[in-house]
Amino acid sequence: MITIDALTKRYGDFAAVDDVSFTARPGRVTGFLGPNGAGKSTTLRVLTGLATPTSGTATVLGHRFADLPDPGHEVGVLLDASAQHGGRTGRETLVLAQRTMGLPPTRVDDMLDLVGLTRAEAARRVRDYSLGMRQRLGIATALLGDPQVLVLDEPANGLDPAGIRWMRDLLRTFADDGGTVLLSSHLLAEIEAIADDIVVIGGGRIVASGASEELLSGTGTLVRADDAAVLAAALTDAGHQATRTDDVVLTDAALTDAGHVAFRAGIPVTELRAADGAGLEEMFLELTATTQRDATGAAPAPTGAAA
Amino acid sequence: MTSTTTSPATASPTSGTSDVARRRVPGPVPFGRLVGVEVRKTGDTRSSRWILLALGLLAAGACAVVLGFMPSETWTYGTFLDQISYPLALGIPMLAVLSVAGEWGQRSALTTFTLVPRRGRVVAAKAAVAAGYVVVTMALAFGLAALCTLVAGAAAGDDAASVLWDVPVGQQLRLVLFMAVAMAVGFTLAVVLRHTAAAMVGYLLIALVLPNLSSLLASVQDWYRDAAPWVEITSAQYNLLGPDAPTGEQWAQLGTTVLLWIVLPLTLGVRRLLRVEIR
Ligand SMILES: Nc1ncnc2c1ncn2[C@@H]1O[C@H](COP(=O)(O)OP(=O)(O)OP(=O)(O)O)[C@@H](O)[C@H]1O
Ligand SMILES: [Mg+2]
Repeated sequence: MITIDALTKRYGDFAAVDDVSFTARPGRVTGFLGPNGAGKSTTLRVLTGLATPTSGTATVLGHRFADLPDPGHEVGVLLDASAQHGGRTGRETLVLAQRTMGLPPTRVDDMLDLVGLTRAEAARRVRDYSLGMRQRLGIATALLGDPQVLVLDEPANGLDPAGIRWMRDLLRTFADDGGTVLLSSHLLAEIEAIADDIVVIGGGRIVASGASEELLSGTGTLVRADDAAVLAAALTDAGHQATRTDDVVLTDAALTDAGHVAFRAGIPVTELRAADGAGLEEMFLELTATTQRDATGAAPAPTGAAA
Repeated sequence: MTSTTTSPATASPTSGTSDVARRRVPGPVPFGRLVGVEVRKTGDTRSSRWILLALGLLAAGACAVVLGFMPSETWTYGTFLDQISYPLALGIPMLAVLSVAGEWGQRSALTTFTLVPRRGRVVAAKAAVAAGYVVVTMALAFGLAALCTLVAGAAAGDDAASVLWDVPVGQQLRLVLFMAVAMAVGFTLAVVLRHTAAAMVGYLLIALVLPNLSSLLASVQDWYRDAAPWVEITSAQYNLLGPDAPTGEQWAQLGTTVLLWIVLPLTLGVRRLLRVEIR
């Protein structure tokens, strides 16, 4: 169980995390989704006691992380796979954690097997590891103490497709066994594939949260039109809810109703489909675009919600 | 800018299992375990192994230089000890620097402090290890000097025997204190700067450049001349060496310089380290 409550973290005047609240529950994988610079890592740093909040609280298993007596046994943490001593071997990195936690030495080999690092690889220095290997080593460190809670910041970074699949299965099993998983990502597809609950953060604020089914399985309809504002007004006049994002309108009207409204209003529709997941996707793209990182003039082509 | 969204309360209701309730609380990490881990860390990276190896080689080399190049009249325990100690005084603090600043340079602090969020305990463990290294290194240095003295005695014949063992216990203890101060300066710099190269350079500046700088300033600034011995640590530290015990005034000067260069910055540095964001 992870509880973030009204958490704010300021750097000077800039609020990297702004009044964020959410819960990650046992037995579920909670995906923490947000574009670059949204405040995911900052939130997780505060959660794990590496940064102090400006206000608000973050607790794990009912306690501040810093108050956990031997946190490795309760919370597995992987915040940054590249933050490991390059001069140590992979095995030595694990041995240090194993000794800190007072675990039997055999745990080290168990974890190496679990994350798929060979003995030869483990004998190499971390400096010479690929990003994917570091990620595996980091996951091994996180799992070493057999914790009930996992906090992972972009764990899929650098993993090959088989590795991503492996990690999904691992996290699924972990949650099914009653564990709490909080993992961040800036990729919607990745979160979709694994998360039971989704928390979306943008510009330091929570913009959406809920169970994946609720957020992803759109009950409504997506309509794309050049005259989206007029369309949205027409839909509202017809008694439907409508939310416009640039040239896309999301509405709770059924497909046919939405089509009829558009036709009566004389608005050419360029796309009309069930919204499934599109709401989240559009919102996320919008969120990403407003951070103006790779904003090219044209709006990014929607790919449709990957199932 | 136009995005508006649903925002139902936090995640969905789920089965009532509370991991908070069935949490099995581990005991706190014992301090001895932390010390053990920190000891291991001083020898498990290339850089730390290099420093340990270099210290050993320099110490052994110092003996060899004395035996090979210095006249046999000078072959005394004191000479060997001096020659061995000189590289150690520069080298030992580097262990503290690597131990503390290395956590930041290599960013392993991220793992270290998520496993032990009470950062003060990690710092204390590192300090204990640093102190241990001073004791062990000096014990080895005394042993090596004694060994070299025996070798020298055998080589020189009986006539030198009367002057071979010329260092009283008090002087040897003061040498250990000298090393402890050196180690503490390195430790302090590492805590304050949290940057390996900067702390190493900083230490060399204090050990090698500061005394000259200080006497230069004293020679041109009257107001500083009287203050210098009370604020400049390296000279105060060197008062510990040699056959004569420091005078009461010299002990007091060591006290003020240690306060100024170690106690004060270390206190501020540790307080900062306990709070600083680790990224
Ligand atoms: N120590 C700091 N000082 C100033 N600003 C900071 C600091 N740490 C983070 N920020 C800012 O806070 C914001 C959130 O950063 P954060 O690393 O939490 O984002 P993120 O969601 O993890 O992004 P990414 O997907 O790129 O990892 C960014 O704008 C970043 O520049
Ligand atoms: Mg991040």
